[in-house]
Amino acid sequence: MSFLTITYALLFYAATALLVVGLARKITQYAKTPAPLKIPTTPAPVTRTGVVMRMFRELVFFESLFKSNKWIWIFGWMFHYGMFLVLARHLRYFTDPVWTWVDLIQPFGMYAAFAMAAGLLGLWVRRLVVDRVRYITALSDHLMLALLFAIAGTGLMMDYVTHTDIVAVKAFFLGLMYFDWQPIPTDPVLLTHLGLVATLMIIFPISKLLHAPGVFFSPTRNQVDNPRAEPGLRPHTSRHIAPWAAELDK
Amino acid sequence: MADFDTPVLKEYPVIPHIQEGVMAHSKPFVAKEQFQEPLGFPGELVDNWEQVAIDKMGELTGKYRSLAVFLDSCVKCGACTDKCHYYLGTSDPKNMPVARQDLYRKVYRRYYTFAGKHFPKLVGATDLTKEVLDDWYSYFHQCSQCRRCSVYCPYGIDTAEISMAAREVMDSIGLGQKYCNEIIAKVYKIGNNLGLPQPALADTLEGLEEDIEDDTGVAVRLPLDEKGADVLVVTPSADFFAEPHVDGLMGYAKVFHEAGISWTLSSHASEAANFGMFIGSYENMRKVSLRIREAALDLGVKRIIFGECGHAWRVAYSFLNTLAGPFDFLDPKYPVPMHIMEFTYDLIQRNALTLDKSANDDMRLTYHDSCNVARASRMGPMPGGQFVLPREVIKASCNHFFDMPQETIHEATYCCGGGGGLLTDDLMELRVKGALPRMEALKHVVEEHGVTHMAAICAICKSQFAKVMPYYGFSMDSIVSVHQLVSNAIVLGNKQ
Repeated sequence: MSFLTITYALLFYAATALLVVGLARKITQYAKTPAPLKIPTTPAPVTRTGVVMRMFRELVFFESLFKSNKWIWIFGWMFHYGMFLVLARHLRYFTDPVWTWVDLIQPFGMYAAFAMAAGLLGLWVRRLVVDRVRYITALSDHLMLALLFAIAGTGLMMDYVTHTDIVAVKAFFLGLMYFDWQPIPTDPVLLTHLGLVATLMIIFPISKLLHAPGVFFSPTRNQVDNPRAEPGLRPHTSRHIAPWAAELDK
Repeated sequence: MADFDTPVLKEYPVIPHIQEGVMAHSKPFVAKEQFQEPLGFPGELVDNWEQVAIDKMGELTGKYRSLAVFLDSCVKCGACTDKCHYYLGTSDPKNMPVARQDLYRKVYRRYYTFAGKHFPKLVGATDLTKEVLDDWYSYFHQCSQCRRCSVYCPYGIDTAEISMAAREVMDSIGLGQKYCNEIIAKVYKIGNNLGLPQPALADTLEGLEEDIEDDTGVAVRLPLDEKGADVLVVTPSADFFAEPHVDGLMGYAKVFHEAGISWTLSSHASEAANFGMFIGSYENMRKVSLRIREAALDLGVKRIIFGECGHAWRVAYSFLNTLAGPFDFLDPKYPVPMHIMEFTYDLIQRNALTLDKSANDDMRLTYHDSCNVARASRMGPMPGGQFVLPREVIKASCNHFFDMPQETIHEATYCCGGGGGLLTDDLMELRVKGALPRMEALKHVVEEHGVTHMAAICAICKSQFAKVMPYYGFSMDSIVSVHQLVSNAIVLGNKQ
């Protein structure tokens, strides 16, 4: 077993552990922190079903962003859904036999990678050109874009410039999953690609990428608009109240 | 008129380029000891304020999910950067919602996140220094908590939540804002923001009854502290004497008169406003709210109805049941609380009011959606009823109504520029500049449709516009109450 294989194997175990534990901690924190007041941004749905629909539109169409700014919306949507397809396409490296739907989306995944890269570039250009966005940009915001762009770029390079032995790559990852380690191919583009992906996994729970779990917990979007006692919506005997706030009544 | 330039109204809204620091000098007066202590805050800046503030930030992140999620989730996409009326009016980049949040976020990151603790420069985290605190005091008092940014944020991040938290932290170290805290102290002592005691209030209401009778020949009552009335009306104290607020109050009285429903005001809860929200203090907001519960129990009413007030309606609609409920002692047939607009609208729907629209023919009207009503509450059973009901009541009361441009009304409405505890003379420059987007929208319908008056249903909006409209060349009496229009149009004694 080469030093390289051991290094990458350990790196991916560590990255996965940090990602899972880090996200679990954050999600637990969000879930456990009470929302003492009803603060949905109105007009808001008055039923649970309505809230599910609102969240669906937010997640699938980026509804609020669409209202806000068409450029950020188009670039952001291209990037996120490009990346989503690309990730789905990558499932073929982790499943054997490959699931049918993963097989079916393979050709689309190719275009998706370009959409992802183009979206990232668009967002980056805005960050540099629009004075308001430049003002709010920290070094970490550039590095995040650089990281994602480099991941997309090295991925595309393996499709169009220097092919890698994807059968061996798949064997490596299946080996990691079943604790039966297999050697990793040694070409530098692949190793860079994988190193960057591991980095992304590690910084996910300590960076602004927390917007991914955060959006599900945003009280302005996920709360039902039923705060007052109102026939059909909330009985006059009922209140929305957090445990720490209930203490004040004692 | 003042030592600053009133912005020029343009034909089309223009997003300004940033001009750093141009509003750094804008700060409200600091609260003195006698206004801090009744609220449970230290009288002056405590010695170890850095540590107290940092601890308070940690406490708040544990108490409010909104804060915990919003501080982590911002990706600096820039969607909110051109949405704040204070940014549009001042060009100061720290008035962009995300930059305002970052004043808080960069300190939170420094003390409470891995990246901020170990790589502060990389993620833009900073220590809580005197300079940072100065920035907080300045710019968290340049947010009217109107929630316009939260409409456009892909994660629903609401800068109001952050500015409330920041004000709570500042109060906890003894750095309070005079205007808000003095007013809350007055509510505790006397019962309303204006410090109007029971005898003065009784006197005022009697005077209004005489005015109505002189004017219409009909004896319309404005009862105070009447036990056994059906409805407790809680209205902003500005309704008792300020213009055009008081014309709205007379409108409510006439509507109740025509409906034949007994009602009363309360001297104990003679204030709908709840500035506890502006300073982000759950405890103070609760204490102010409990006065309404006490009054309702004491007077033995069956329903509670709120008068025209924006943030008060947010606290009433969204928070009252949480803060001072449950209201199982009130009539379960009606929502608790109700808005006067819901009451009047319902009467109009049932054809129970006779309204002579021509009584308002001297006005061509538009309507300003108040931020807290638009984005933090509802009226009627349908989402968005808060946009429909006031317009329907206006249209039932006048012949000439025209909406301002779509991107400046409904959920996209602009704040008047004086909300969120900023309606004070020491922030005049901010108030004038913050009104710019609304004034531009108004100018549009003035030119397009010959609009002469703008109606509103918020005491702060009404006071703010009466004060700042002259800076933009509009007359101060071109702002009217919605129930003032009802009051003008209503034909008394018609329905039995």
